[in-house]
Amino acid sequence: MENWRRGRSAFWLIGLGPTVWLVLFFLVPLAIVWLYSFAELRGLVDMEVTGTLDNYARALDPLYLGVFGKSVVFAGLTMVVSLIVGFPVALAIVFAPPRWRPVLLLLVILPFWTNLLIRTYALIAVLRVRGFANFTLEWFWDQSNTLLSLLGLGSYQLLGERFEPLELLYNNTAVIIGLVYVHLPFMVLPLYAALEKLDRSLIEAALDLGASQWRAFLTVVVPLSMPGIVSGAILVFIPALGSFLTPDLLGGTDSQMIANVIERQFKSANDWPFGAALSFLLMYLTFAALALRAVVSRGRGGI
Amino acid sequence: MSTSGAAPIAGNDAPIIEISGLCKRFGSFSAVEDVDLKIGRGEFFALLGPSGCGKTTLLRMLAGLELPSEGTIRIDGQDMSLVPANKRPVNMVFQSYAVFPHMSVLDNVGYGLRIDGVPRDEIRRRAEEALALVKLDGFAARRPDQLSGGQRQRVALARALVKRPKVLLLDEPLSALDAKLREAMRLELVNLQETVGITFVIVTHDQSEALSMAGRIAVMNQGQVQQIAPPAELYEFPSSRFVADFIGSVNMIEGRIESASNGRVRLACPGIATPIEMEHEAAPPVGSTAWVALRPEKIDITKEPTGEADANTVSGMVEEVTYLGETSVYHVRISPDLPLMKVSSANLDRVTRRAFTWEDPVYLSWTATCGVVLER
Repeated sequence: MENWRRGRSAFWLIGLGPTVWLVLFFLVPLAIVWLYSFAELRGLVDMEVTGTLDNYARALDPLYLGVFGKSVVFAGLTMVVSLIVGFPVALAIVFAPPRWRPVLLLLVILPFWTNLLIRTYALIAVLRVRGFANFTLEWFWDQSNTLLSLLGLGSYQLLGERFEPLELLYNNTAVIIGLVYVHLPFMVLPLYAALEKLDRSLIEAALDLGASQWRAFLTVVVPLSMPGIVSGAILVFIPALGSFLTPDLLGGTDSQMIANVIERQFKSANDWPFGAALSFLLMYLTFAALALRAVVSRGRGGI
Repeated sequence: MSTSGAAPIAGNDAPIIEISGLCKRFGSFSAVEDVDLKIGRGEFFALLGPSGCGKTTLLRMLAGLELPSEGTIRIDGQDMSLVPANKRPVNMVFQSYAVFPHMSVLDNVGYGLRIDGVPRDEIRRRAEEALALVKLDGFAARRPDQLSGGQRQRVALARALVKRPKVLLLDEPLSALDAKLREAMRLELVNLQETVGITFVIVTHDQSEALSMAGRIAVMNQGQVQQIAPPAELYEFPSSRFVADFIGSVNMIEGRIESASNGRVRLACPGIATPIEMEHEAAPPVGSTAWVALRPEKIDITKEPTGEADANTVSGMVEEVTYLGETSVYHVRISPDLPLMKVSSANLDRVTRRAFTWEDPVYLSWTATCGVVLER
């Protein structure tokens, strides 16, 4: 560290590459898109930056606000479901025998080794009408019917005349299932990190003082893993808010999220200024979520 | 050393804790093996032993944090063997204190009462009483990270005592404190126990801690209880070589029984010219192996041979002198085959020159009541 001061030129030399990279390929394009959001369309492809606020005004149309609202609700639901599903998973890994822990953690991050597109198509294969979920249900239906026939109740058709497959795909539920599936590791890993640091004797002390397992969980484990819960919630909420592949492939006509609208502006609608305005509104929404987190954590005494 | 706890079980009350045939196995490892133990009401009881001897496992079974593999635990007459921790009338002070870092001192102390659904103002009153008991008045609003280690321990004590348990369990309560504070806390724990009158069961690996605080001590080794006795009895009449060696400092001399009669045993010890004679109630068979345990402070060290020279006297040469302030310990070579004999003598005068020094030829002697004959 001391060498930084002595070899200042070396420090700048090393820092130059990443800085140039970030400025050229992140800040400059971002600034261009920001400028586009104040532009007007001239003809089919030409744009002129006029400083107009029309794009933002259009984005605040109830139609688009509705899509924003739906995106927030989807991301929020994804966050809550991931927390409910992820907490037991993280707890199980923490309380697993030490030699199993690396294996279990590997299983959590294993999906990252496969492309998101492939995983989403795999989910389609699971959820569609003639998919694995319905096959499994049908198998149970068949077995139950056979059992009923054996009991002499076959002629009553208690389970209906034929198996009715569930409509699991191309609706809002499918989107939530997909979003939870994709983002669950982002919830489990911070939770695991927080729970792993938790002193077991604190849980034992709560039990010793008369708390039931559930009460000890609520009054000791949950408050002390709050940093992990907040990190996990943020890590799930922000990418879920901007996801477009999952609602695109798994959702129905009414499950469009804001990122799908933005994509359409840049591609099929060819309205870059409006797309840029929507993009920046989404970014401000993300900042708001982060600001909320900062306020919440300050209120908790700096956890 | 205190002998105050010589009366083990108070009055004719039934014991508060009755353990019988208790075993705890982890896989093929046996942590606690066939322990039988009775602890009386209002006793200050210590479980003493080296690390890994099973004392903490035994304490955790009393708390309900581990369930026994075999055997029963009765607390106040009720079978508690398989009752979970949150339904037992005992509370514990953890080695790490386990003070909840996200709660104030008051909320920590009131936690158990809140769980029990005690009204809010009563919680506050009782928690403040408990804090006063451990001399933490005025600390109620503090957060644990604003407390020192000693203060955190007091919070843990108050938190456990506020529930008025039938037994208070303490797992190595003083091990994390610095030496001075530890000394003071010993006395304070004893006084606290006398004030509240609750049975204390303390786990420690520090013999001086157990000797100075407890009324009775169970010495454990490899999962088994070796001896249960008041401190003085444990020190003066150990029942096995392990206990004699573990409690205090001792010279262990191996020998063969030559004769045993009239409460007196005579041993021939290889490497020692004269036989050793000791008072011993039992009469071990002639020819069997036994050990004489002699405490360093009970051996006389002189320049000239003293008394009748036909027994309990040995000559040697000072090989090492350790000055410890109030005493000096002489390490005396009595035979090339035997370990050095430790002899301690009090430094009663402010001598500038010691009576004995390196390479001095000396005589060691002791009386027949000084040592203990051990058969195991």
